[in-house]
Amino acid sequence: MEKTIEKFQFIFLVAGIGFFALAFIVSGVVTVSAISDLPYTTLDEISQDVSPYFVALSNQYPEQFEKYYPGGPTSENYREALDLGRNTYISEACWHCHTQQVRPVANEDVRFGPVSTAAEQQNELMKPQLMGTRRVGPDLSRESGFRSNDWHVAHFYNPQSVVPTSVMPRYSWFFDGREPNKKGIAMITYMQWLGSNVEQQ
Amino acid sequence: MTVAVQEQKPLINLGLVKGHLIAGIAFLIIAMLWGIFYALQLNNMFPFPGIEILSPGRFRMVHTNGVAFGFIVNSFLGALYWVVPRLTKRKVLSDKLGWLIFWVYLFIVTWTVVGIHAGYGQAVEWGETPNMFSPNGSILFPIDTLVMVGLILIAIQFLTPIFKFGSKQPMYVSLWYFSVAFIWVILTYAMGNYLPEFIPGAGGATFVGLYIHDLVGLLVTPLGWGMMYYFVPSLLKKPIWSHAVSLLGFWGLAFFYPLQGVHHFIYSTIPMFAQFGAVVSTVAIEIMVVTVFINFFMTLRGREVAPVVNMPIRWFYTGMVFYVVTCIQCAVHVQFWAQEFIHFTDWVVGHAHLIMFGTFGFWLIGITTDLWPRVLGRKNWWSPALHEAVFWMCTIGLASMFVALTSAGLVEGFLWKGLAPWEVSLESVRLIWLFRTATGFLMWFGVLLFAFNMYMTAVTPETEEAGAGLPMPSPAGK
Repeated sequence: MEKTIEKFQFIFLVAGIGFFALAFIVSGVVTVSAISDLPYTTLDEISQDVSPYFVALSNQYPEQFEKYYPGGPTSENYREALDLGRNTYISEACWHCHTQQVRPVANEDVRFGPVSTAAEQQNELMKPQLMGTRRVGPDLSRESGFRSNDWHVAHFYNPQSVVPTSVMPRYSWFFDGREPNKKGIAMITYMQWLGSNVEQQ
Repeated sequence: MTVAVQEQKPLINLGLVKGHLIAGIAFLIIAMLWGIFYALQLNNMFPFPGIEILSPGRFRMVHTNGVAFGFIVNSFLGALYWVVPRLTKRKVLSDKLGWLIFWVYLFIVTWTVVGIHAGYGQAVEWGETPNMFSPNGSILFPIDTLVMVGLILIAIQFLTPIFKFGSKQPMYVSLWYFSVAFIWVILTYAMGNYLPEFIPGAGGATFVGLYIHDLVGLLVTPLGWGMMYYFVPSLLKKPIWSHAVSLLGFWGLAFFYPLQGVHHFIYSTIPMFAQFGAVVSTVAIEIMVVTVFINFFMTLRGREVAPVVNMPIRWFYTGMVFYVVTCIQCAVHVQFWAQEFIHFTDWVVGHAHLIMFGTFGFWLIGITTDLWPRVLGRKNWWSPALHEAVFWMCTIGLASMFVALTSAGLVEGFLWKGLAPWEVSLESVRLIWLFRTATGFLMWFGVLLFAFNMYMTAVTPETEEAGAGLPMPSPAGK
């Protein structure tokens, strides 16, 4: 009987399925249900409130804007830009070098702004989450309004032109010539959205 | 009557072992080279600036995925085709299924490389493999589903002989680990690649944390230790030191490992009770790590010369030393006071390299060292001296990379807390990052020479004077 513990059925069911299910419930399900009452915001709701930075982009680059977002800075176009910006942020692996969470330690609130809360992350642009695990560049979760559109244009085109010691790559494919294209406008719109749902002091 | 003799098929399909071992080393070379390209970006020396499909961030994603799925899983599959039939005295379910898995798997990993470079990477760390899409970007087929099918096929392939053997009698330690690894990886992959798509923010992060951790803890670690429990006693020609201690190690791993995932998000917005629980179970598993470590080093007693004269044993025990360093590091840096400084820094990158290359990379290279001449029917490698050089290049490269990244992490952590301007933290580690790239080159060149040695071993006929006891088990000293 004492050899049961070394037979396939016991190991497969207890360790393989049982312990995994236990951890899945204890670590995962309980944790998620603890914050499940927080209100969730969809991208449609977010894009109702068109960002002034998006409007500003339409004035700064009228030809490019009309070409890629015909109809001006409407809610639909704002929605499209935010979505494309977030998807580009994912596929360029921006989230492997930048975080989107301000921790309550190591003076991060002094450097970046208010500490992140679970409530502010309950929105469609944080699905899948982009909190990040490595910081080569600074945190971006309080980026909205921190820098101008012009700074972002220059920085995406050539980071070293504004931050000489930067190790960020140039994203020249966000541009047609020297003016931002669809992806470029989308990325700047997304950057200027990050943290705009948080009350700033 | 020779017909009856021919019908008796061999227990092991050597072609499958060879195929997976070759694919594993090929992807290791690619994945390491991709890592070097990314390291060059941090030195501002990236060789292809301004080309969209060669964007440095995409190299970063291919590097981690290539190592985990291209190298580690492929090499383990090769070793499993060798080990499982020997331990169960049965063939795997089907050779045809084996080749189907091989090609499906090769396709998935190749697609990961192509799809990420085409700009369709997904937002789950280690789960970036993009969906199948048409040229206009619309999704043709979800890749996660194909991977799930592949993983289920792998489980059926290997669990069939294990079930037939192990449901009636007690199994050897290695088979305990293999029995659970195949079901764990299916559950882990499903959890990590589907749930974060539906659960936003902190809830999704919980499952991402579990996924990144379980991929190491519930796939690579059990397969790795299962292999060690097979290869070490068989090469040393003596049984493992203590059966009871190996029971303790297995059940400790099985219970505590799945509970730890949230420790990747300490001080994040995930509820604190989950973070505290993850820290407690991370410290708890150190007890099991110590038992396994004691078990293997006591097994070495009386065979102390083996790591010197026997190449596979040397790779294995060097990997075990790195494993213990990593795990002691784990118990310390998972603490909240340490996370305040080292979270988000290069310390963590150093830790990841130490476990993935220093331990599992070393073990798999060691396993390939042992199996490659055997599957070719040779006594020894083409050049044992070259193999010796490969070992030292990898060991020196990895150890110095670990020291460099750990110190870079400490510099970054303290400068960040000290509120130095961000540029200062980059400027301060510039030389360390340059050194890190050099260590990466050293390791990569070592692995390249290993592959060259593999190739020459396969194409050169064996001569008599070769075979100076290198990969084959040597009588222990006396």
